[in-house]
Amino acid sequence: MKVRTILHVDANSFYASVECLHRPEIRDKAVAVGGDASLRHGIILAKNQKAKAMGVKTGEALWQARQKCPDLVILTPNYPLYLRFSRILREIFYEYSDLVEPFGLDEAWIDVTGSTGLFGGGGIIAEELRKRIKKEVGITVSIGVANNKIFSKLGSDIKKPDAVTEITPSNYRQLVWPLPASDLLYVGPATGRKLHCYGINTIGDLAKADPAFLHRLLGKMGYVLHGFANGLDNSPVERLGEEAVIKSIGNGTTTPRDLVCDEDVRIVYWSLCESVASRLRQHGFLCRGVQICVRDNRLVSFERQTRLDRPTCVSCDIFDAAMVLFRKSYDWANPIRSIGVRAINLVGPHTAIQTSLFEDEERLSKREKLDIAVDDIRRRFGHFSIHRAVMLRDHALGGINPTEHTIHPVGYFKPSG
Amino acid sequence: MKNPKVYVDVIARFSADGELFPLEIIWEDGRRYAIDRITEIRRASSMKAGGTGIRYGCIINNHRTYVFFEEDRWFVERRHE
Repeated sequence: MKVRTILHVDANSFYASVECLHRPEIRDKAVAVGGDASLRHGIILAKNQKAKAMGVKTGEALWQARQKCPDLVILTPNYPLYLRFSRILREIFYEYSDLVEPFGLDEAWIDVTGSTGLFGGGGIIAEELRKRIKKEVGITVSIGVANNKIFSKLGSDIKKPDAVTEITPSNYRQLVWPLPASDLLYVGPATGRKLHCYGINTIGDLAKADPAFLHRLLGKMGYVLHGFANGLDNSPVERLGEEAVIKSIGNGTTTPRDLVCDEDVRIVYWSLCESVASRLRQHGFLCRGVQICVRDNRLVSFERQTRLDRPTCVSCDIFDAAMVLFRKSYDWANPIRSIGVRAINLVGPHTAIQTSLFEDEERLSKREKLDIAVDDIRRRFGHFSIHRAVMLRDHALGGINPTEHTIHPVGYFKPSG
Repeated sequence: MKNPKVYVDVIARFSADGELFPLEIIWEDGRRYAIDRITEIRRASSMKAGGTGIRYGCIINNHRTYVFFEEDRWFVERRHE
Protein backbone atom coordinates (compact mmCIF):
# COMPACT_ATOMS: atom_id res chain seq x y z
CA MET A 1 0.00 0.00 0.00
CA LYS A 2 1.16 3.47 -0.82
CA VAL A 3 2.39 5.51 2.14
CA ARG A 4 -0.47 7.76 3.16
CA THR A 5 -0.42 11.37 4.27
CA ILE A 6 -3.04 12.02 6.91
CA LEU A 7 -3.79 15.23 8.74
CA HIS A 8 -5.66 15.45 12.00
CA VAL A 9 -7.02 18.92 12.62
CA ASP A 10 -8.10 19.82 16.14
CA ALA A 11 -9.80 23.17 16.71
CA ASN A 12 -8.29 24.48 19.97
CA SER A 13 -10.81 25.03 22.76
CA PHE A 14 -13.40 25.06 20.01
CA TYR A 15 -16.53 26.29 21.79
CA ALA A 16 -14.61 28.86 23.85
CA SER A 17 -12.68 30.10 20.80
CA VAL A 18 -15.83 30.63 18.79
CA GLU A 19 -17.42 32.52 21.68
CA CYS A 20 -14.31 34.68 22.14
CA LEU A 21 -14.25 35.50 18.44
CA HIS A 22 -17.85 36.61 18.61
CA ARG A 23 -17.49 38.65 21.78
CA PRO A 24 -14.46 40.92 21.60
CA GLU A 25 -15.27 42.25 25.09
CA ILE A 26 -14.43 38.92 26.79
CA ARG A 27 -11.41 38.01 24.69
CA ASP A 28 -8.86 38.97 27.33
CA LYS A 29 -10.73 37.23 30.16
CA ALA A 30 -10.81 33.66 31.37
CA VAL A 31 -13.73 32.15 29.49
CA ALA A 32 -15.44 28.78 29.70
CA VAL A 33 -18.45 27.30 28.01
CA GLY A 34 -20.53 25.21 30.36
CA GLY A 35 -23.91 23.59 30.58
CA ASP A 36 -26.89 25.12 32.28
CA ALA A 37 -26.29 24.86 36.03
CA SER A 38 -30.01 25.05 36.82
CA LEU A 39 -30.65 21.96 34.69
CA ARG A 40 -27.59 20.42 36.31
CA HIS A 41 -25.77 20.23 33.01
CA GLY A 42 -23.32 22.20 35.08
CA ILE A 43 -19.95 21.11 33.78
CA ILE A 44 -17.22 22.89 31.85
CA LEU A 45 -17.36 21.86 28.20
CA ALA A 46 -14.49 24.01 26.94
CA LYS A 47 -12.22 26.74 28.23
CA ASN A 48 -9.82 29.23 26.74
CA GLN A 49 -6.08 29.43 27.43
CA LYS A 50 -6.53 31.97 30.26
CA ALA A 51 -8.98 29.73 32.08
CA LYS A 52 -6.72 26.76 31.48
CA ALA A 53 -3.82 28.62 33.07
CA MET A 54 -5.99 29.12 36.17
CA GLY A 55 -6.46 25.37 36.42
CA VAL A 56 -9.97 25.13 35.00
CA LYS A 57 -10.52 21.65 33.59
CA THR A 58 -12.96 20.30 31.04
CA GLY A 59 -15.55 18.11 32.71
CA GLU A 60 -15.41 19.65 36.16
CA ALA A 61 -18.43 21.24 37.82
CA LEU A 62 -19.06 24.94 37.32
CA TRP A 63 -18.71 25.61 41.04
CA GLN A 64 -15.30 23.93 41.12
CA ALA A 65 -14.16 26.06 38.23
CA ARG A 66 -15.43 29.23 39.92
CA GLN A 67 -13.50 28.34 43.06
CA LYS A 68 -10.25 28.24 41.11
CA CYS A 69 -11.10 31.25 39.01
CA PRO A 70 -13.68 33.61 40.55
CA ASP A 71 -13.69 35.93 37.52
CA LEU A 72 -14.38 33.11 35.09
CA VAL A 73 -16.87 34.12 32.40
CA ILE A 74 -19.16 31.13 31.92
CA LEU A 75 -21.30 31.05 28.80
CA THR A 76 -24.07 28.63 27.95
CA PRO A 77 -23.35 26.72 24.76
CA ASN A 78 -24.69 27.98 21.45
CA TYR A 79 -24.68 24.79 19.39
CA PRO A 80 -26.11 26.23 16.16
CA LEU A 81 -23.15 28.63 16.09
CA TYR A 82 -20.62 25.83 16.71
CA LEU A 83 -22.26 23.72 13.99
CA ARG A 84 -21.87 26.62 11.59
CA PHE A 85 -18.15 26.95 12.37
CA SER A 86 -17.70 23.21 12.10
CA ARG A 87 -19.26 23.35 8.64
CA ILE A 88 -17.05 26.26 7.57
CA LEU A 89 -13.96 24.30 8.65
CA ARG A 90 -15.13 21.30 6.69
CA GLU A 91 -15.70 23.40 3.58
CA ILE A 92 -12.07 24.50 3.77
CA PHE A 93 -10.90 20.88 4.25
CA TYR A 94 -12.80 19.83 1.14
CA GLU A 95 -10.65 22.19 -0.91
CA TYR A 96 -7.73 19.85 -0.24
CA SER A 97 -9.35 16.42 -0.28
CA ASP A 98 -12.70 14.71 -0.48
CA LEU A 99 -11.58 12.24 2.19
CA VAL A 100 -12.64 14.11 5.30
CA GLU A 101 -13.76 12.29 8.41
CA PRO A 102 -15.12 14.54 11.15
CA PHE A 103 -14.65 13.31 14.72
CA GLY A 104 -17.09 15.33 16.74
CA LEU A 105 -17.56 18.99 15.84
CA ASP A 106 -14.02 20.16 16.46
CA GLU A 107 -11.81 17.44 15.03
CA ALA A 108 -11.35 15.85 11.64
CA TRP A 109 -9.01 13.59 9.74
CA ILE A 110 -8.13 14.51 6.19
CA ASP A 111 -6.42 12.05 3.86
CA VAL A 112 -4.39 14.23 1.50
CA THR A 113 -2.35 11.40 -0.04
CA GLY A 114 -3.77 12.12 -3.47
CA SER A 115 -3.39 15.89 -3.18
CA THR A 116 0.27 16.18 -2.26
CA GLY A 117 1.27 16.44 -5.92
CA LEU A 118 -1.01 19.45 -6.25
CA PHE A 119 -0.42 21.28 -2.99
CA GLY A 120 2.92 19.99 -1.68
CA GLY A 121 3.66 17.61 1.16
CA GLY A 122 1.54 17.02 4.26
CA GLY A 123 3.50 19.55 6.30
CA ILE A 124 3.01 22.25 3.68
CA ILE A 125 -0.71 21.61 3.43
CA ALA A 126 -1.00 21.60 7.22
CA GLU A 127 0.80 24.95 7.49
CA GLU A 128 -1.42 26.44 4.83
CA LEU A 129 -4.54 25.14 6.56
CA ARG A 130 -3.41 26.48 9.93
CA LYS A 131 -2.78 29.96 8.51
CA ARG A 132 -5.93 30.04 6.42
CA ILE A 133 -8.21 28.95 9.24
CA LYS A 134 -6.75 31.56 11.56
CA LYS A 135 -7.28 34.29 9.00
CA GLU A 136 -10.49 33.18 7.37
CA VAL A 137 -12.36 31.65 10.28
CA GLY A 138 -10.79 33.50 13.18
CA ILE A 139 -9.97 30.52 15.40
CA THR A 140 -6.81 28.48 15.81
CA VAL A 141 -6.20 24.82 15.09
CA SER A 142 -3.41 22.40 15.85
CA ILE A 143 -2.61 19.84 13.20
CA GLY A 144 -0.86 16.51 13.33
CA VAL A 145 0.65 15.06 10.16
CA ALA A 146 1.50 11.37 9.91
CA ASN A 147 1.09 8.32 7.70
CA ASN A 148 -1.78 6.97 9.80
CA LYS A 149 -4.78 8.27 11.73
CA ILE A 150 -3.58 7.35 15.20
CA PHE A 151 -0.25 9.17 14.99
CA SER A 152 -1.78 12.19 13.30
CA LYS A 153 -4.26 12.48 16.17
CA LEU A 154 -1.48 12.24 18.72
CA GLY A 155 0.47 14.80 16.70
CA SER A 156 -2.28 17.40 16.86
CA ASP A 157 -2.05 17.16 20.64
CA ILE A 158 1.70 17.58 20.96
CA LYS A 159 1.96 21.27 20.15
CA LYS A 160 -1.05 23.55 20.62
CA PRO A 161 -2.61 25.97 20.08
CA ASP A 162 -1.98 27.14 16.52
CA ALA A 163 0.75 24.68 15.56
CA VAL A 164 1.67 21.86 13.22
CA THR A 165 3.48 18.69 14.31
CA GLU A 166 4.78 16.19 11.80
CA ILE A 167 5.29 12.63 12.96
CA THR A 168 7.56 10.68 10.66
CA PRO A 169 9.03 7.17 10.71
CA SER A 170 12.28 8.77 11.88
CA ASN A 171 10.94 10.86 14.76
CA TYR A 172 7.98 8.96 16.18
CA ARG A 173 10.13 7.24 18.79
CA GLN A 174 11.13 10.63 20.21
CA LEU A 175 7.74 12.32 19.84
CA VAL A 176 5.14 9.63 20.42
CA TRP A 177 6.76 7.03 22.63
CA PRO A 178 7.26 9.24 25.71
CA LEU A 179 3.53 10.10 25.77
CA PRO A 180 1.39 8.38 28.41
CA ALA A 181 -0.37 5.27 27.13
CA SER A 182 -3.69 6.86 28.11
CA ASP A 183 -3.25 9.37 25.25
CA LEU A 184 -4.01 6.57 22.80
CA LEU A 185 -7.55 6.11 21.60
CA TYR A 186 -9.14 3.21 23.47
CA VAL A 187 -6.86 3.35 26.47
CA GLY A 188 -9.40 4.48 29.03
CA PRO A 189 -8.99 4.53 32.81
CA ALA A 190 -9.61 0.79 33.19
CA THR A 191 -7.16 -0.28 30.48
CA GLY A 192 -4.69 2.32 31.74
CA ARG A 193 -4.80 0.83 35.25
CA LYS A 194 -4.31 -2.69 33.93
CA LEU A 195 -1.31 -1.64 31.88
CA HIS A 196 0.12 0.34 34.78
CA CYS A 197 0.08 -2.80 36.95
CA TYR A 198 2.56 -4.33 34.52
CA GLY A 199 4.77 -1.26 34.31
CA ILE A 200 3.39 -0.15 30.97
CA ASN A 201 2.97 3.60 31.33
CA THR A 202 3.97 5.15 28.04
CA ILE A 203 3.11 4.48 24.44
CA GLY A 204 6.73 3.38 24.03
CA ASP A 205 6.28 0.74 26.76
CA LEU A 206 3.21 -0.47 24.93
CA ALA A 207 5.05 -0.57 21.60
CA LYS A 208 7.87 -2.63 23.06
CA ALA A 209 5.63 -5.02 25.00
CA ASP A 210 5.10 -8.55 23.74
CA PRO A 211 1.91 -8.54 21.64
CA ALA A 212 1.01 -12.03 22.89
CA PHE A 213 1.22 -10.76 26.46
CA LEU A 214 -1.00 -7.77 25.62
CA HIS A 215 -3.43 -10.17 24.03
CA ARG A 216 -3.62 -12.23 27.22
CA LEU A 217 -4.12 -9.03 29.23
CA LEU A 218 -6.59 -7.15 27.05
CA GLY A 219 -8.03 -9.62 24.57
CA LYS A 220 -7.99 -8.69 20.90
CA MET A 221 -7.63 -5.00 21.80
CA GLY A 222 -4.14 -5.97 22.97
CA TYR A 223 -3.01 -6.56 19.39
CA VAL A 224 -4.78 -3.42 18.22
CA LEU A 225 -3.15 -1.19 20.84
CA HIS A 226 0.26 -2.73 20.19
CA GLY A 227 -0.22 -1.86 16.53
CA PHE A 228 -1.38 1.67 17.36
CA ALA A 229 1.68 2.28 19.51
CA ASN A 230 3.92 1.25 16.62
CA GLY A 231 2.08 3.37 14.09
CA LEU A 232 0.57 0.32 12.46
CA ASP A 233 -2.91 1.58 11.81
CA ASN A 234 -4.35 1.18 8.36
CA SER A 235 -7.91 2.25 9.16
CA PRO A 236 -9.05 4.46 6.30
CA VAL A 237 -10.22 8.05 6.57
CA GLU A 238 -13.93 7.61 5.95
CA ARG A 239 -15.74 9.92 3.61
CA LEU A 240 -18.21 11.37 6.06
CA GLY A 241 -20.11 14.57 5.89
CA GLU A 242 -23.39 15.90 7.07
CA GLU A 243 -25.00 13.38 4.75
CA ALA A 244 -22.99 10.62 6.48
CA VAL A 245 -24.42 7.18 6.28
CA ILE A 246 -26.26 6.62 9.52
CA LYS A 247 -24.60 3.80 11.43
CA SER A 248 -26.48 4.08 14.67
CA ILE A 249 -29.11 6.22 16.29
CA GLY A 250 -28.73 7.18 19.90
CA ASN A 251 -29.78 9.61 22.51
CA GLY A 252 -28.46 10.44 25.93
CA THR A 253 -29.02 12.98 28.62
CA THR A 254 -27.56 14.38 31.77
CA THR A 255 -30.54 14.12 34.07
CA PRO A 256 -31.92 17.05 36.11
CA ARG A 257 -31.03 15.15 39.28
CA ASP A 258 -28.83 12.13 39.97
CA LEU A 259 -30.55 8.81 39.41
CA VAL A 260 -30.55 6.62 42.48
CA CYS A 261 -32.70 3.56 41.70
CA ASP A 262 -33.94 1.35 38.87
CA GLU A 263 -37.23 3.21 38.85
CA ASP A 264 -35.46 6.52 38.03
CA VAL A 265 -33.57 4.80 35.23
CA ARG A 266 -36.80 3.32 33.88
CA ILE A 267 -38.36 6.77 33.56
CA VAL A 268 -35.39 8.22 31.70
CA TYR A 269 -34.89 5.16 29.49
CA TRP A 270 -38.52 5.26 28.46
CA SER A 271 -38.18 8.78 27.22
CA LEU A 272 -34.83 8.10 25.49
CA CYS A 273 -35.99 4.84 23.93
CA GLU A 274 -39.13 6.45 22.60
CA SER A 275 -37.09 9.12 20.85
CA VAL A 276 -34.57 6.60 19.49
CA ALA A 277 -37.34 4.33 18.19
CA SER A 278 -39.14 7.27 16.69
CA ARG A 279 -36.01 8.36 14.82
CA LEU A 280 -35.44 4.79 13.63
CA ARG A 281 -38.92 4.83 12.11
CA GLN A 282 -38.39 8.28 10.68
CA HIS A 283 -35.29 7.08 8.80
CA GLY A 284 -36.83 3.71 7.95
CA PHE A 285 -34.44 1.57 9.98
CA LEU A 286 -34.69 -1.43 12.22
CA CYS A 287 -31.99 -2.14 14.76
CA ARG A 288 -30.50 -5.51 15.57
CA GLY A 289 -28.76 -4.40 18.73
CA VAL A 290 -29.01 -2.01 21.63
CA GLN A 291 -26.19 -0.25 23.42
CA ILE A 292 -26.40 1.64 26.67
CA CYS A 293 -23.95 4.00 28.28
CA VAL A 294 -23.98 5.00 31.91
CA ARG A 295 -21.96 7.66 33.68
CA ASP A 296 -22.04 7.95 37.45
CA ASN A 297 -21.62 11.10 39.51
CA ARG A 298 -17.87 10.58 39.60
CA LEU A 299 -17.93 10.74 35.81
CA VAL A 300 -16.87 7.10 35.54
CA SER A 301 -18.67 5.66 32.56
CA PHE A 302 -19.15 2.39 30.74
CA GLU A 303 -20.96 1.03 27.70
CA ARG A 304 -22.64 -2.32 27.21
CA GLN A 305 -24.36 -3.75 24.19
CA THR A 306 -26.57 -6.65 23.33
CA ARG A 307 -28.07 -8.33 20.28
CA LEU A 308 -31.79 -8.45 19.75
CA ASP A 309 -33.57 -11.65 18.76
CA ARG A 310 -35.27 -9.85 15.93
CA PRO A 311 -34.77 -6.43 14.33
CA THR A 312 -37.09 -3.80 15.72
CA CYS A 313 -38.06 -0.17 15.67
CA VAL A 314 -40.53 -0.44 18.55
CA SER A 315 -39.78 1.58 21.65
CA CYS A 316 -40.72 -1.08 24.20
CA ASP A 317 -38.40 -3.67 22.58
CA ILE A 318 -35.50 -1.23 22.80
CA PHE A 319 -36.51 -0.27 26.31
CA ASP A 320 -36.70 -3.89 27.49
CA ALA A 321 -33.27 -4.65 26.07
CA ALA A 322 -31.79 -1.50 27.61
CA MET A 323 -33.23 -2.28 31.04
CA VAL A 324 -32.03 -5.89 30.98
CA LEU A 325 -28.55 -4.69 30.04
CA PHE A 326 -28.62 -2.03 32.70
CA ARG A 327 -29.75 -4.36 35.50
CA LYS A 328 -27.08 -6.86 34.49
CA SER A 329 -24.26 -4.35 34.39
CA TYR A 330 -24.81 -1.79 37.12
CA ASP A 331 -24.60 -2.40 40.85
CA TRP A 332 -25.51 1.12 42.05
CA ALA A 333 -22.08 1.75 43.52
CA ASN A 334 -22.72 5.44 42.84
CA PRO A 335 -25.71 7.54 41.78
CA ILE A 336 -25.91 8.10 38.04
CA ARG A 337 -25.26 11.43 36.37
CA SER A 338 -26.11 10.68 32.78
CA ILE A 339 -27.35 7.78 30.69
CA GLY A 340 -27.81 7.07 27.02
CA VAL A 341 -29.20 4.45 24.74
CA ARG A 342 -28.29 3.68 21.15
CA ALA A 343 -29.83 1.53 18.47
CA ILE A 344 -26.99 -0.26 16.66
CA ASN A 345 -26.48 -2.66 13.75
CA LEU A 346 -29.13 -0.96 11.70
CA VAL A 347 -30.83 -2.66 8.77
CA GLY A 348 -33.26 -1.37 6.18
CA PRO A 349 -37.01 -1.76 6.54
CA HIS A 350 -37.24 -4.46 3.90
CA THR A 351 -35.05 -6.93 5.71
CA ALA A 352 -36.66 -10.34 5.92
CA ILE A 353 -37.55 -11.10 9.51
CA GLN A 354 -37.72 -14.58 10.94
CA THR A 355 -41.09 -14.76 12.66
CA SER A 356 -41.52 -16.91 15.70
CA LEU A 357 -44.03 -19.64 16.40
CA PHE A 358 -44.05 -18.75 20.04
CA GLU A 359 -44.80 -15.06 19.80
CA ASP A 360 -48.00 -13.33 18.99
CA GLU A 361 -47.13 -11.64 15.70
CA GLU A 362 -50.27 -9.63 15.71
CA ARG A 363 -49.45 -8.17 19.09
CA LEU A 364 -46.01 -7.16 17.86
CA SER A 365 -47.37 -5.38 14.85
CA LYS A 366 -49.97 -3.64 17.03
CA ARG A 367 -47.20 -2.25 19.21
CA GLU A 368 -45.51 -0.77 16.19
CA LYS A 369 -48.77 0.78 15.04
CA LEU A 370 -49.27 2.22 18.51
CA ASP A 371 -45.82 3.83 18.37
CA ILE A 372 -46.58 5.29 14.95
CA ALA A 373 -49.83 6.74 16.27
CA VAL A 374 -47.94 8.36 19.15
CA ASP A 375 -45.40 9.80 16.68
CA ASP A 376 -48.25 11.38 14.78
CA ILE A 377 -49.89 12.84 17.87
CA ARG A 378 -46.57 14.33 18.97
CA ARG A 379 -45.88 15.71 15.54
CA ARG A 380 -49.22 17.50 15.57
CA PHE A 381 -49.57 18.56 19.20
CA GLY A 382 -46.03 18.63 20.59
CA HIS A 383 -43.84 16.22 22.49
CA PHE A 384 -45.57 16.55 25.85
CA SER A 385 -49.08 16.06 24.48
CA ILE A 386 -48.99 12.33 25.15
CA HIS A 387 -47.05 10.42 27.75
CA ARG A 388 -46.55 7.10 29.39
CA ALA A 389 -47.95 7.04 32.90
CA VAL A 390 -44.51 6.26 34.29
CA MET A 391 -43.43 9.81 33.38
CA LEU A 392 -45.80 11.17 36.01
CA ARG A 393 -43.94 9.41 38.79
CA ASP A 394 -41.21 12.03 38.79
CA HIS A 395 -41.85 15.47 37.48
CA ALA A 396 -38.21 16.41 36.81
CA LEU A 397 -37.17 13.17 35.12
CA GLY A 398 -40.42 12.77 33.21
CA GLY A 399 -40.06 16.32 31.94
CA ILE A 400 -36.94 15.64 29.87
CA ASN A 401 -37.61 16.39 26.23
CA PRO A 402 -35.39 13.90 24.40
CA THR A 403 -36.01 15.50 21.03
CA GLU A 404 -33.99 18.58 21.92
CA HIS A 405 -30.67 18.86 20.19
CA THR A 406 -27.82 16.71 21.46
CA ILE A 407 -24.42 15.96 19.99
CA HIS A 408 -22.89 12.50 20.02
CA PRO A 409 -19.28 11.79 19.26
CA VAL A 410 -18.94 8.78 17.02
CA GLY A 411 -16.73 5.82 17.80
CA TYR A 412 -13.42 5.25 16.06
CA PHE A 413 -14.36 1.77 15.03
CA LYS A 414 -17.45 1.87 12.91
CA PRO A 415 -19.80 -1.09 13.21
CA SER A 416 -19.54 -2.96 9.96
CA GLY A 417 -23.07 -4.34 9.93
CA MET B 1 -18.97 51.44 24.31
CA LYS B 2 -21.21 50.64 21.40
CA ASN B 3 -21.19 47.15 19.94
CA PRO B 4 -18.35 47.03 17.42
CA LYS B 5 -20.44 44.78 15.19
CA VAL B 6 -23.17 46.60 13.29
CA TYR B 7 -25.72 44.62 11.35
CA VAL B 8 -26.92 46.71 8.44
CA ASP B 9 -29.51 46.64 5.70
CA VAL B 10 -27.92 46.07 2.33
CA ILE B 11 -29.19 46.46 -1.20
CA ALA B 12 -27.50 43.75 -3.23
CA ARG B 13 -27.43 42.32 -6.71
CA PHE B 14 -27.45 38.65 -7.63
CA SER B 15 -25.74 38.08 -10.94
CA ALA B 16 -27.08 35.55 -13.39
CA ASP B 17 -24.18 33.30 -12.37
CA GLY B 18 -25.34 33.34 -8.77
CA GLU B 19 -22.70 35.75 -7.51
CA LEU B 20 -23.73 38.22 -4.84
CA PHE B 21 -22.59 41.85 -4.76
CA PRO B 22 -23.56 44.49 -2.21
CA LEU B 23 -24.49 47.80 -3.88
CA GLU B 24 -25.60 50.03 -1.06
CA ILE B 25 -25.44 50.02 2.72
CA ILE B 26 -28.13 51.55 4.90
CA TRP B 27 -26.65 52.62 8.23
CA GLU B 28 -28.42 52.42 11.62
CA ASP B 29 -29.57 56.03 11.34
CA GLY B 30 -30.98 55.53 7.86
CA ARG B 31 -28.12 57.18 5.95
CA ARG B 32 -27.38 55.38 2.71
CA TYR B 33 -23.91 54.72 1.36
CA ALA B 34 -23.39 53.59 -2.21
CA ILE B 35 -20.53 51.13 -2.75
CA ASP B 36 -18.42 52.58 -5.54
CA ARG B 37 -16.22 49.57 -6.13
CA ILE B 38 -15.59 46.07 -4.76
CA THR B 39 -11.88 45.34 -4.53
CA GLU B 40 -11.86 41.78 -3.18
CA ILE B 41 -14.16 38.97 -2.11
CA ARG B 42 -12.86 36.31 0.25
CA ARG B 43 -13.73 34.37 3.36
CA ALA B 44 -12.33 36.15 6.41
CA SER B 45 -12.90 36.68 10.08
CA SER B 46 -13.36 40.04 11.70
CA MET B 47 -11.50 40.19 14.98
CA LYS B 48 -12.67 43.76 15.44
CA ALA B 49 -16.39 43.10 15.18
CA GLY B 50 -16.27 39.46 16.21
CA GLY B 51 -17.53 37.14 13.52
CA THR B 52 -16.68 35.44 10.28
CA GLY B 53 -18.14 35.41 6.81
CA ILE B 54 -17.56 36.38 3.20
CA ARG B 55 -15.67 39.65 3.32
CA TYR B 56 -16.21 42.25 0.60
CA GLY B 57 -13.47 44.87 0.40
CA CYS B 58 -15.33 48.01 -0.68
CA ILE B 59 -14.60 51.58 -1.64
CA ILE B 60 -17.23 54.00 -0.33
CA ASN B 61 -16.65 57.75 -0.85
CA ASN B 62 -12.96 57.08 -1.42
CA HIS B 63 -12.71 55.16 1.87
CA ARG B 64 -11.71 51.52 2.07
CA THR B 65 -14.00 49.45 4.22
CA TYR B 66 -15.14 45.88 4.71
CA VAL B 67 -18.65 44.53 4.50
CA PHE B 68 -19.19 40.98 5.79
CA PHE B 69 -21.85 38.55 4.63
CA GLU B 70 -22.42 36.30 7.66
CA GLU B 71 -24.63 33.36 6.75
CA ASP B 72 -27.78 35.39 6.00
CA ARG B 73 -26.98 38.84 7.37
CA TRP B 74 -24.59 41.65 6.60
CA PHE B 75 -22.41 43.41 9.13
CA VAL B 76 -19.74 46.10 9.18
CA GLU B 77 -17.10 47.00 11.74
CA ARG B 78 -17.93 50.13 13.69
CA ARG B 79 -15.27 52.80 13.49
CA HIS B 80 -14.09 54.35 16.74
CA GLU B 81 -16.26 57.37 17.35
